[in-house]
Amino acid sequence: MDKEKMQRTKIHNWNKKIPLYMLCLSLVGFVSFYVIPFAVSFYYSVVDNPITKEYCGMGNYMELFQNPYFMKGLKNTGFFMAVSIPINIILSLCAALGLRGMKQHSGMFNLIFLIPLAIPSATAAFFWKNFFGLHGTLNKFLAVFHVPDVNWLDCKYSMLVMVLIFIWKNIGYDMTLFLSGLSNIPEQYYEYADVEGAGRWWKFKNITLIYLMPTTFVVIIMTVVNSFKIFKEIYIMTGEYPPDSLYVLQHYMNNMFLSLNYPKLASATYILTSVMVLFVACIFMAEKKISENLIS
Amino acid sequence: MSEKRARISYILFWVAAIVYLAPLVVTLSNSFMSSREVEKNYSTASEQYIDMNIIPEKVTLSQYSKLLIDSPVYLNMFWNSVKLVAPIVLGQLIVSVLAAYAFMVMRFRGKEVVFLLYIIVMLLPLQVTLMPNYIVADWLNIKESYLAIILPAVFNPFGVFLLRQYMKSMPFSYIEAAQVDGAGHGRILWSIILPMLKPGLAALAMLTLLDYWNLVDQAVIFIQEADKQPLSTFLAQINSGELGLAFAGSTFYAIPVLLILFYGQEFLKKGIAITGMK
Repeated sequence: MDKEKMQRTKIHNWNKKIPLYMLCLSLVGFVSFYVIPFAVSFYYSVVDNPITKEYCGMGNYMELFQNPYFMKGLKNTGFFMAVSIPINIILSLCAALGLRGMKQHSGMFNLIFLIPLAIPSATAAFFWKNFFGLHGTLNKFLAVFHVPDVNWLDCKYSMLVMVLIFIWKNIGYDMTLFLSGLSNIPEQYYEYADVEGAGRWWKFKNITLIYLMPTTFVVIIMTVVNSFKIFKEIYIMTGEYPPDSLYVLQHYMNNMFLSLNYPKLASATYILTSVMVLFVACIFMAEKKISENLIS
Repeated sequence: MSEKRARISYILFWVAAIVYLAPLVVTLSNSFMSSREVEKNYSTASEQYIDMNIIPEKVTLSQYSKLLIDSPVYLNMFWNSVKLVAPIVLGQLIVSVLAAYAFMVMRFRGKEVVFLLYIIVMLLPLQVTLMPNYIVADWLNIKESYLAIILPAVFNPFGVFLLRQYMKSMPFSYIEAAQVDGAGHGRILWSIILPMLKPGLAALAMLTLLDYWNLVDQAVIFIQEADKQPLSTFLAQINSGELGLAFAGSTFYAIPVLLILFYGQEFLKKGIAITGMK
């Protein structure tokens, strides 16, 4: 009798530990490939140069704020993110809701929105370069209306062109996340609401938006992550010396990377990351508050 | 009213679809042109507009035969891509499911802080993580192998983040009920969580595949030998020289992924049906 009980507690204890092992598997890899790099790069951000490694405190950071290239990159990146991220999220939510309600062809449209992510970036960038360039298709079209040629990749609006390309590429990504999140909301909730005679807008605000909150959080973060990748397109289209209006933070970082100036690269990252941390912490709190109220 | 709304959204989707398809259509149709024709169309030498034709003067398969038949190099590189990306997607799915589940059922102090760390570290740009990754790969002595790219990708926090968020809106009462009935974690995960998690897993698999299928930078840094490079690296480098080949290569490279995505999106929309709840 007693033995049996012991056996059971043994199994119970073992069972209790399983989640710990599950987490550890991920943690080990996460620490070695992400946290260590994170820490190593912080170390580099406070040393003078990668060879003598002399401690210089906040020196690198101070220098960055006086560097005109860094500031220019910071300004352009900030503008790009402030415009492209909200537009991308709202449009992809609309697209996901639209597809969800669609009776046929929704699979086909979903696939179409993912095409830009499947085409190699170099090929897509080549297409856009030939579309927006000085001798490009857009100008060819506008010439019909006697509009003079503009190099859209080097003018006041070039950053907005990048916003367009970003949205073209990333709606599919966010939409996929939203679609998976939407299918997580039990149909019954809508049925109950229908019984109560709730309107369309009420259902959207009180069911869809609330239950989509955890997914929206993922979408926001991933759109931020993806917005850094626009550099690839800008780089392919405009080369190493982009016009002033397209000089983003990653150009600066890339130059530091290529010239092996790791301390500057690391400090630039930490400035960027601290802004991000503040931003993430804010939405993390907001999200936590809302998901605590989820009925389950 | 609703009928009209549906029709409008349908039209809007078609308009968007045309914009989305345009680059693919151009790439696809230009891949059937001869090198000479492509070069002529995209020449800017004579101050003329670029001719982005979608109808070839003469249809030819010469680019494809160059790509697929004349030399085994490209097929080999395609195979390298598969060898690189398949373990990444599979590994990322397994690691993320387990960790996300652990995050859901475990209760310990600082859990949210660890989770927040997962998210923040994800925000580091590639240029920054590459060098420390290189150092770690050196320690582990995997610098010259695909593992140097595969391992960081498998442990990318994105999966844990996505799936944990996804589990948040799952009815927790199901799990509690199973626990009361004496089901172990393995059983709960396999028979309760995984079936409900299908749309989340589909999204994760699709997006991870897309993220790494076109990877370039990591391969350039970690892989030295030319015959071990994935096709994506090659495609990123040929655009200036042999344009025609780039079009055929891109088409050839994108099609398998699109087929997989087509299969995957079936799972995205399958909702969960909750029965027997209050």
